[in-house]
Amino acid sequence: MASDSQPQGAAASGEGAPRDAARPPGASSTDAAAADGASTNTAAASASADAAPHDVATVDLAPPAAAPGFAWLSHASVLHLLLRRLRLPLLVVIVVFAISVAGFVLVPGVDADGRPTAPLSFFHSFYFVTYTATTIGFGEVPVAFSDAQRMWATVVIYLSVVAWTYMLLTLLAAVQDGAFQRAIASIRFERRVRRIAEPFLLVLGCGDTGLRLTRIFDRLGMRFVVVEIDAARLQALDLEDFRHDVVALHDDASRPHALVRAGLRHPCCRAVLALTNDDAANLAAVLTASLLNPKATLIARSHTAHATTLMQAAGRPRIVDPFVAFAEQLMMALRAPGCYRLFDWLTALRGTPLAPELVPPDGAWVVCGYGRFGRPVAHRLHERGVPVRVVEPSAIADDNGIEAIAGDGTQRETLERAGVASARALVVGTDNDLRNLAIARLAQSINPALFVVLRQNEAENTLLFDHFGADLVMRPSEIIADECVALLTSPLLLRFLRHVRRQTDAWADEVIHRLRDASGRLSPDTWEIRIDREQAPALCERRAAADSRADADAVASTGADAGIGLHGRGVRIGDLLHDPQDRSAHIGAVALLALRADRETLLPADDWTPAEGDELLFAGSEAARRRMTIGLQDRGVLDYLVTGRATRRPWPWQRSRGEA
Amino acid sequence: MNTEKVVFGFFILLAATLNFGFVWGDIDVAAHHQVSELFAAIVVNLVATILKLGDRTQVGAIHLASSLVADVQLLIAAAVWTWGSHVQVGHPESEIVASVVSLAAGALLANLVSVVLLITETLTFRR
Repeated sequence: MASDSQPQGAAASGEGAPRDAARPPGASSTDAAAADGASTNTAAASASADAAPHDVATVDLAPPAAAPGFAWLSHASVLHLLLRRLRLPLLVVIVVFAISVAGFVLVPGVDADGRPTAPLSFFHSFYFVTYTATTIGFGEVPVAFSDAQRMWATVVIYLSVVAWTYMLLTLLAAVQDGAFQRAIASIRFERRVRRIAEPFLLVLGCGDTGLRLTRIFDRLGMRFVVVEIDAARLQALDLEDFRHDVVALHDDASRPHALVRAGLRHPCCRAVLALTNDDAANLAAVLTASLLNPKATLIARSHTAHATTLMQAAGRPRIVDPFVAFAEQLMMALRAPGCYRLFDWLTALRGTPLAPELVPPDGAWVVCGYGRFGRPVAHRLHERGVPVRVVEPSAIADDNGIEAIAGDGTQRETLERAGVASARALVVGTDNDLRNLAIARLAQSINPALFVVLRQNEAENTLLFDHFGADLVMRPSEIIADECVALLTSPLLLRFLRHVRRQTDAWADEVIHRLRDASGRLSPDTWEIRIDREQAPALCERRAAADSRADADAVASTGADAGIGLHGRGVRIGDLLHDPQDRSAHIGAVALLALRADRETLLPADDWTPAEGDELLFAGSEAARRRMTIGLQDRGVLDYLVTGRATRRPWPWQRSRGEA
Repeated sequence: MNTEKVVFGFFILLAATLNFGFVWGDIDVAAHHQVSELFAAIVVNLVATILKLGDRTQVGAIHLASSLVADVQLLIAAAVWTWGSHVQVGHPESEIVASVVSLAAGALLANLVSVVLLITETLTFRR
C-alpha cells in the first residue's frame, strides 16, 4: 500500500498524472490508500518500486476483487446445500435396504425340527435389516435363521453397514464443511441482530479506530454491531474483554447486503460509522446507509477531499478528518495554550489528571512529510505567519509560499539544510512510525531543545511513542474515535468545544479553575440533560403547576400546593447544582452550556431558568451526576432544592397529582 | 438426451405405475393386492423423493411435496398392513386390505400429480 511517506511523494509527483484541483502538485498523492494500521511498507523500497499510477486524490471506485467467502446464503440455501450433498448417500441407503429386505422375503427359513418354513415377512425383514445396518445386532429374531438366511444376512451386513457408514460420514463432512459452517454462522448472526432490542450502532471497519471505539462504547453501555473484512481483526475483537457480547460480521462493508444483514434497516439502528481504511468502501457505505436508513446518524472517515465531496453529496455524513482536527488543535495550542489545555482535559478519558500547560514555541518550524498530516499543519502554521520549512523528497513547487526542502528526512544533511539546528519545533508526520521516530531522534541529536510533534500511525507502537517523550503525539485513530464518541453521545460538548477553540486563555483558565473547584483534579464527566418529561419530569411538573397557578389560581384554591411554586419562582440552574441531602452544599458540577432554540448560552449563570425543550451540558463527578438526576426526577426533592422546605408527600398523593 | 432426466422421469413414472398396479383390483380382496408390489412402490417412491431433493425452483418444491405425500401415504399403508398381519392377527382380513389399498390409492393421486407436473414441465420447456 502506498502512503504519504516522503519517497512516495516523489513517485507521485513524477507521474504527472492529473490531479484534483484542490490538491497542489507535490502532494503525496497516494494518501487515499493509506490507512491506519495498514501500511507497513519500507518507504525506501516503495519509492522506487511505486510505478503504478495511484491516481492522486480521487477515490478509486472500481469494484473490488470478488471475495468468494462472502457469498450470501439464505436459510433455504443452506438446507438445499446439505440435501444436495446427501442425495447420493441417501439413495445408496435406500437401495441397499430395499435389496436386503427383498432378499430376506425370498430366502426360506427353518423351524426347530429342521423343516423348511416360509421366508421372513416384509416386516420382520425390515426389522432385521434395520438393526443390522445400524450395527445394533439383536441376533436372529423371531426364530433362529436357516443357513440360507444366514448366507444372505452376511451379505446384508457388509452392504448395509457400509452404506450406513457412508451416509453418516457424508453428513458429518457436509456439516463440518467451511461453506456450511459459514452459512450457519451467518444465520446465527442474523438472528442475533434481529433480537437486539435496544439502540445500537453499526461500526464498519474494526482497525485501531474501530477497536478503540468499540471499547469505549462497551464501557458506556452502548450496543454495537461490527462489520469487518479482515478475519484476523475479528479474532482480535473476540479476544477483547467486553462486557456485552460482540455481534460481529465478517464481510465487506461496501456490499449493501452486508450492511442490511448487520442491521442497517433494524428499527433500533441509531448510527452508522463508516471507519474502514478504504475511501471507496466508506463512500459505498454512506450511500447505502443514506438510501436504506435515512434516519440513522452517519459518520464517515475520509482520506481525500474528493472522497469527502462525494460523501457529502451521497448522504451528508459527519466527516471525521483526524489530520485537520489535529492541526486545528495544534493551532489552538499555539494561539492560546490555556484553551488547548481545557480542550484536552475535557476530551480526555474520565479521570485523567490535568496535563501541564503545553506551550509550543515561537520561532521556526520544520515539518517532515508533506502529506495528509504535514500539509494541514504546515498550512496553518504558515497562515499564522510562523516561518515553516517543509522536508519532502520531491522538490515540491512553491506551495502558497511555504519553503520546501527536497530530500529525505532521515538524512542528517537534509535536516541541516532545513535549518533544524536553528528551528524551535519539529513536526514529523510520515505514515511510518519507525521512520518518524528515527527522524525525530536524528533531529534531536542536531538540536536537543526542539519541541517535537510526532504522528503515530499504529496502536501497537504506543509503547515506543510513550517512552520517546515527544511533546505532542498525534494518534489519528484516537482522534477519530474520540470525535465519534462525542458526536454520538454528546453533541452539546462538541458545541462547547467549538467555543473553547475561540476563547481566550484567561477564559479557559477560569473554566479550568471552576471545574477543579467543583469536581477535583481529575478530568470531569460531562453529561447532557434535555428538559422534558423523560429526563426531567419533576422540573416539567413543577413548571406546569406554576403555570396553572398563574393562569386560574385553581390549584391554590385546593390548598394543597401551598408550599409549591413558592414566590412563583421557577427552577434555576443554581438549584440543580445543590445537594438534595443538604441544600447548602454544592454537588460539585458546573453548567457549561445551555441551548435554547439553537441559541447557545456559554457558562449559564446560576439564575438561568431552564424551560421545557432546553438542553443543558454539565461537567462534574459521577456522583454529582447521580445527585442531579435525583432532583430532576423527584418532585419532592426538587421542591426542597428550590424552596428549602421538604414537601415530600406520601406517594398516593404524588401519583394522583401526576395523573392530573 | 440427458441421462439425469431419463433417470428422473423413469423413477417418477415407475413410482406411479407400481402404485397403480398395487391399487388395481377389488378394494377388499387380498388376492388382488400383492404386498411385494407395495414394498416395491415404497422403495421407488423413496428413491424418487431423494432425486427431487435440492431443487430450489417452485415446480421443484411442488414435485417434492407430492412425493412426500405419496411417501407418507404408502408408509402408513405399510404400517397398517404390518399391524394387520402381525399384531392383530384375528382381525377380518378384508378390512385391513381395504384400508391399505385406500391409503395406497391416495398415494397414487399424489404420484399422478407428480407425473402431470413432469409432463407439463417438459412441454413448457419444449415450447
